[in-house]
This record gives sequence, structure tokens and C-alpha cells, in this order.
Amino acid sequence: MAFGPFLFLALLEGTVMAAVLALTAVGLSLVFGVMRVVNVAHGEFFMLGAVAAWFVTYYLPFPPAVTWTIALLIAPLFVGAIAATADVLVLKRLKYDPEATIVATIGLLYILQQAALTFYGPDARPVEPPFHLRLQFPWFGYSGYKLFVVLAAGLILLAVWAFMTRTKAGLVMRATQVDMETARAFGINVDRVYAGTFALGAALAAAAAVLIVPIQQAHYLMGHDPLLLSFIVVIIGGLGSLRGTLVAALIIGLSDGVISMFFSPTLAKIIATLLVALVLVFRPQGLFGAKA
Amino acid sequence: MTKELFGLTPSRRAILKGAGAGLLTAGFAAPVWSQSAPIKLGFQLHRTGIGAAYGRWYERTAQAALKVVNDAGGINGRPVEIVFEDDGTDPKRGAEVVEKLVSQAGCDLVFGPLFSHVVIGTAPRAAELKVPYLVCSEGYHVASGMLNRWTMQPGITDVHAQVSSMAPWVLANLGKKVTMVFPDYAFGHDHRDFFTAAVQANGGEVIAQIAIPPTETSFTRYLPQIPADTEVLYHVMVGPAVLTFVKELGEFYGSGPRPEIFGFIDSLEAVDTASPGLEFLEGTHFWEGHNRVKQADASEHETAYRAAVGVDDNGASLSDAKDVATYAHMFSVWETLHVIKAGMEASGYQSIADRQKFVEAVEAMSDMPASLAHVQGDKKFNGKTHQVFGHQFISKVEGGKLMRVHTTSLEDGMYEDAVDYTSQSF
Repeated sequence: MAFGPFLFLALLEGTVMAAVLALTAVGLSLVFGVMRVVNVAHGEFFMLGAVAAWFVTYYLPFPPAVTWTIALLIAPLFVGAIAATADVLVLKRLKYDPEATIVATIGLLYILQQAALTFYGPDARPVEPPFHLRLQFPWFGYSGYKLFVVLAAGLILLAVWAFMTRTKAGLVMRATQVDMETARAFGINVDRVYAGTFALGAALAAAAAVLIVPIQQAHYLMGHDPLLLSFIVVIIGGLGSLRGTLVAALIIGLSDGVISMFFSPTLAKIIATLLVALVLVFRPQGLFGAKA
Repeated sequence: MTKELFGLTPSRRAILKGAGAGLLTAGFAAPVWSQSAPIKLGFQLHRTGIGAAYGRWYERTAQAALKVVNDAGGINGRPVEIVFEDDGTDPKRGAEVVEKLVSQAGCDLVFGPLFSHVVIGTAPRAAELKVPYLVCSEGYHVASGMLNRWTMQPGITDVHAQVSSMAPWVLANLGKKVTMVFPDYAFGHDHRDFFTAAVQANGGEVIAQIAIPPTETSFTRYLPQIPADTEVLYHVMVGPAVLTFVKELGEFYGSGPRPEIFGFIDSLEAVDTASPGLEFLEGTHFWEGHNRVKQADASEHETAYRAAVGVDDNGASLSDAKDVATYAHMFSVWETLHVIKAGMEASGYQSIADRQKFVEAVEAMSDMPASLAHVQGDKKFNGKTHQVFGHQFISKVEGGKLMRVHTTSLEDGMYEDAVDYTSQSF
């Protein structure tokens, strides 16, 4: 394949990856920013979203476009509810102690993963995309659905941004992020904000999974990769900085797409990990993170 | 306890009546075994992890074969039991599973694993425990001499023989310039090494080799590495993402020009060939170890086998047409269990003290004629290399169904012995 089309395909793949990654990582970043909780179970919320999407699309007797849209609404709600429950039952009781919550979310990771194995099974199961559209370029064909994923992820991110900056709930969340004690002194129900934030973070991961599941398949072990990549993105962008997360997702997604195509996917992962190491050494707060 | 259940203490007569009825039922319902303890076979099962689709069907096949063996009187007049243990398709757990099956469950031998990295990781422990280990893994690691005298593969042909027997047909009918896509671990490396060698031996050329990690979930990024002058694309993938691989291959070529495609059915095991997005496979070719779609000339044995395992004529479960079998591979479980029966009967196997005699009895086997024990077809076992050789099938997708177009002979796949396990000590 000639260089031009090759690069074009690499950028397409990179953009799809960046979009999904941004959505997943923003959830992780939000949870850390507001709650100071490093959520190791974030990848499992992603997996639960995909599994929930499979159940919805498999059992509802409507055409794929309808069931998939329902899944995009239900799966994040369902996963968000699980996350809120986990917050109230576990994290709150640990008083959000940083070390304890890491261990607790590792436990949560295994509980969710094994629950999926028990109730959903060990198989990878496909979910029908809402529509079949193949774009035929002169050099290669490409899935039209993948481009739709980019669009949808962009819209959801825009909605998150509007929520954080234009609504009262967003204001309350930002206030809690800046200073939890003062926020409480001003009558903000911090417990509820925390539960809501944890649910929102998980719901975003679930939404990303519903978008990606027609491309991949729902599988109980699918949470590993998104977790790792989200951490890479969030560390590079700066924990808690939404803008940093978006920029880092673009950098990692696009560079992964291009490097994997022209060299090898393994090299792309090596470089991403190296980037994390460099950021941690020379700019520990991340590209856009505030100095601790 | 009794009081709570019956409400009152039962009379002596009631107890006698109950006991008598119980005896009668037991006597009529089951064949009368000669009071002996059952033979316990351990099954190392990929119930979870990347091999789960195979595991589900291997368990069903093993249960069906077990029923056939027990209905025919068991082994040496003793009933047979299978103890299934999940290894998570994980080499480390594989060794633990064998240990558990042998030491805790007291199994006479262990059989059934498929994934080559698990087999390679487990076989040394089987040798340490001195327990026969009968694998269904297709890898060349048995016949290459890498493993040990306790490890045997009597149920399925290895990759070395499979690919060298089919290469001449592929080159003669599809093209000479081949690009290979394979999973980046032992099983895929066998494909890479032996198919490349066979292509060269038959006057063709492998112009690119694309290795993909078996845990990969996205494949489009690998596809541009396929050179434009490729005449035949050879693909073999495993793991939970195989459907994604084939779909993305279809998207990539779209309606544009594409090379001839020859795939191992591994890339589509447990997947319906009529799935949406797979239309482009029409007219492409696949290797099948056993024809998923029942062919017109299917033997009576194969028909009986399909019915016993619960597979319909399209290769899906009788109870759920969406549950497609791993049909091209799972006959190996059925045949291995029958080899175990034959080996135990030939060696007069009584207890674990006879494990060595059992291995020697299997090593003495050679011709295996097509029968209910060998439903895939006749085979030849090489006792020195512990490897069996069978027929391979090449199928073409016609109307969304896999129809056989070529059958290799046993001799097509034979190669020189690389090891003589019978000269090794136990």
C-alpha cells in the first residue's frame, strides 16, 4: 500500500482509538479529580457495560438499531448504579483513604470479573452494530460504524463538559474537587457527590464499551486493556485534569494508530509506557495537572 | 433428621420395603458392574480463558463418548468416570490441574487439553508424576521430541502434517505468492515454519509473515502489512476475538480486489459462517479437521457421533442453532477416549501401577480403521513419535456453507521421525 493511504488508514484507526480512550479515561480522571480515588476497577465497569449491552441487544425483540440505542441508555445507568452501590458499601466506609481504596478497588475488580464469568459465561459474544455501512475508499474499505463511534464519543464528551461547566450539579462537583471540607461547610452533601461522581465515572466507561462492543465482542476479560490505557492517558494528561485527559487520549490514540501500522503494536505500547515514565520523572503532575 | 422428614419414626416394615425397592431400581437401571471401582479419567478442560469456546464443546464431546463407552460395558469390565477440571487456558494452572487430578482426585490418567502453550507448560509435570498425558493440541511439540514419553497425541493430526499435506493443493489451485497471518505463539509458529517450508518445497513463495498476539482485539492495523502482490492470504487465528479478525478482514478488502483466501477454520471455530459481515468469505477456502456441515458422503459412524454429541447437520447445537460447535477439532476428544479404552484393554490395565504398561500398549498401536471409535476417518499412529496421522479436508464456502472440495491422503502428511520416545526411559 502506498504511503498516503497507509497513513490515512493509520489516522482513522488512531482517531477511533483516541475517541474511545478519551471517554474511558475521562471517567477515571473525574473519579480521581473529585474523590482522590485511584479506581483500579475502572476497566471492569467498561467490561460490565459491554456485557450489559449484549444482554439488552440479545433479549429485546427489536431491530439492532433500536436495541443498541436502548443499550446505550440502559448500560451506563445499570453500571452507574453498581458503582454507586460499591461507593456507599465499600469506599465510603474506608473514608476514601487513598491506600485502602486502591486495595478495595482491586478487590472490586476481581468480584466484578468473576461475577461476569459466573452470570455471563466465558465466551466472547458479538453485539450487532446499529447499522451496517462500509465506506469503500479507492485503496481499502472501512467500517462506517467506526466513524460513528468517533462522532458519538465526541458528543458524549461535549455533554460531560456542558454538565461540568453549565449545571449546578457540575458546579457542586467542581466545588467538592477544589476543597471538600469547605464544600461540606457550605452545605453540600459530599457523600452524595462522591457516590454520584463514582457512578458517572463508571457510566462513562460503560458508554465507551457500548460504543466499542459492536467492533470487538463482549468478553469477561476485556477490561484489562482499557484500564491500562486509561491509566497511561490519565498519568500523561495529569490526574484529575479533564483537558489533559483529552489531549493525552489524542496523543496516545493517534500515535498508537500510526506506530502500530508503520512499525508494530508492541512498539506502540512500549513507547506509550516510556512516555509515562518520562512524564513521571520530569513532570510528575502530568502535562496539565496542577502541582500537588 | 428422619423424624423431621417423615413426620414420624418409620416402622421396620417401611424401611425394609424402601430398601427392597431401592435395590430393585438400582439393579434394573444400571448395567451390573463387576463390583469394581470405576476407572477415573482426568480431563484438563479449557472451561474459561481464551479457549472457552473449545472447552464447552470438548466437555460435551467427552460426556457423549463416555456414555458410548459405558453403555458398551466400560473398560475392562469396569465403569468409567471423567473428572473435569478447568485450567483457565493458562499454562501455569495447567500443571496445577494435572497435579490436582492425579494427587487429589486419584485419576488414572489425564487427557483433553488443546492450547499448545498450556500443553507445553503442563507436560513436564505429567512426566514428573509419571502419569499418561493424552493431548488434543495439534501442535508439533509432541512429535518434535520436545515433550516426554508420558505425553501422546493419538486423537488429532499435528500442524506439521496438516499444513504439509495441504500445501500442494493450495499452490496448485489458489496461487504461488503467499502471505501468512498467524497467532504469535507456539501453535502459530508451527504454522509459520512448516507451511513456509512446504510452500518452498512446492515451488511457491511466502512473501510476508504477519504475527499477531493471541490476545489482540483489533486487527485492522495489521492488515496493511499484507503486500499488494499477494496471491493467497493464509490465515489462522485463535482466541475470543476470531470473529472480529475475520470481520475486519472483510471490511478491509470491502468490494475491492482481494487475494484468494485460505484459512484455518480455527479463525471461525464456534462462529456461524453465515454471521453478518462474513459475506465476503463466499468462495474462500478453509482447512477443516472434520467437516462442520454434514457432507453427502458422511459415514454412519459420523452420523451416530453427531447425534451422540448433539450437533445438527450445520454443525450447531441441536438445542440452540446459534451455538456453533468447534466441530473441526472436537472429534479428537472422542477418538482419544476410545484410544484410552483400547490401550487399557490391550495392556490389561487394572490400577495406577499399570500406567507404564498402558503407554507401551498405545505405542504399539498403528493402523486405526474408520469406525465408531475413529469417526473422523482412518488414521495411522506412529508409536515412536507419539503422533497420529489422519486425513485433512479443504472446504469452500458455497452459499454460506462449508463444502468439502479436497481430501488429503495419510501419506501426504507423513514426515521423517524427529524422535523415538520408545527409546526413552519412563
